[in-house]
Amino acid sequence: MTTKETHSKEFKRPDGRKPDELRKITAKVGIIPNADGSAMFSFGDTVAIAAVYGPKKMHPQHSQNPEKGTLRCNYNMLSFSVSERIRPGPSRRSTEISKITEWALEPVLMINDFQGNVVDVHISILQANASTRCAGINAAVMALAHAGIPMKNLVSSVSIGKLDKQLVVDLIKEEEDWEEGEGATDIPITFTADGKITHIQLDGKITKKQLKEAIELARESCKKIYEIQKKALKEVGEEK
Amino acid sequence: MTDRKIVIPGEVVFEGADYLPGEGTEKKGNEIVAMRFGLAEEANKLIKVIPLSGVYQPRRGNVVIGKVENVTFNGWVIDIGTADSSFLPIMEFPRYVNQDELEEIMAIGDMVVAKINSINQRGIDLTVKLKGLGRLDKGIIISINSNKVPRVIGKEGSMISLIKEETNCRITVGQNGLIWINGNKIEDELFAKKAILHVAERSFMSGLTDEMKKWFEKEKEQTGSLKNRQAVLKENKN
Repeated sequence: MTTKETHSKEFKRPDGRKPDELRKITAKVGIIPNADGSAMFSFGDTVAIAAVYGPKKMHPQHSQNPEKGTLRCNYNMLSFSVSERIRPGPSRRSTEISKITEWALEPVLMINDFQGNVVDVHISILQANASTRCAGINAAVMALAHAGIPMKNLVSSVSIGKLDKQLVVDLIKEEEDWEEGEGATDIPITFTADGKITHIQLDGKITKKQLKEAIELARESCKKIYEIQKKALKEVGEEK
Repeated sequence: MTDRKIVIPGEVVFEGADYLPGEGTEKKGNEIVAMRFGLAEEANKLIKVIPLSGVYQPRRGNVVIGKVENVTFNGWVIDIGTADSSFLPIMEFPRYVNQDELEEIMAIGDMVVAKINSINQRGIDLTVKLKGLGRLDKGIIISINSNKVPRVIGKEGSMISLIKEETNCRITVGQNGLIWINGNKIEDELFAKKAILHVAERSFMSGLTDEMKKWFEKEKEQTGSLKNRQAVLKENKN
């Protein structure tokens, strides 16, 4: 244990954060008047907004599910979200993240009664500095709650990174491109408020023992994020 | 006495075995847990969550305003702003209707006030068999957020009767957020519209009915002075 602690003390993150320190989080609910539910969530420079429409009739008709309601997510990175302009429109990456977001949210949603209907979630990344899918999931779940969609619990998402041998939370772009030692491993994890995992991804190499540590680290961070999400939702309620 | 607080999904609203879970809540062991975002209310040990936002949730017995979307051989398909389509069968019309005069009674695009008769797997069934229901052929229709409807109606209809009185209009508030206003003059209708939108904008305020009384006094003074000024201008021209 002592060796690990000394290691953490020596370790310097590019932006001077402690290994388990999150970036400054802001969360706001009800930012898009036209939508049935909406929210903004940001980790430092990473800003995501989410708008929820529905439940409404699913179109095209052949994709209607007569058994239960459908969740349809659409993740989109705006062309000005990074310094090097990205081509607007769907890409391989955004289609994948849309699907991942659906999978991360579905376990908590209770949309079985909405037969033949769809709940649309549009996530836009206004500004990106890594962890965009986590910010997107966090914004989406607040927007879904704001839209009055019944659900079991909220979810909170955070990315854990392994830079060389050191575990850190909430990666930034510079850390994602870490090249020293073993390089960087990126692990986005999503937890429900009662501590169950709904989504975990891993890009890189990690030992079994360290993965367990990473999950525990994410669990603690998600608790902090949950409190902020909860506060944002309660604030919008007070206004009404 | 009712106790109200804002809850989020997954939050424990009450603890104790003697509470009962109502709408928007679920029982988990000894705890009552909220399933949706809204105001939690406790009455007679029954806990329910009143939604603050989101789309209109149809309920049996609700009076709604809708638009005729299609005319079929045995009734009308009506759009009331819900995901599931709603149907007004020919049998639920107050008098006997021949199948080929359906279109004469209500055509596509007509607005109608109806009551939700039942909600089932296939959709929503409506009725117009009661007094005050049926096709609307004059007046204006405005739309507000369906979650603000209770504030526009007020406690035991206090707010809506105040607006009716002050503006001299007939008003029907649909639970789906559509409101029908009919007055003798178009000015009255627009005044009622202004008043209703004013209420909807301030739906978070307490003591809204008293606030509206003051608002009406102020508005009347202003329009009064405006009319005087216009009269003076006209005289000057002459």
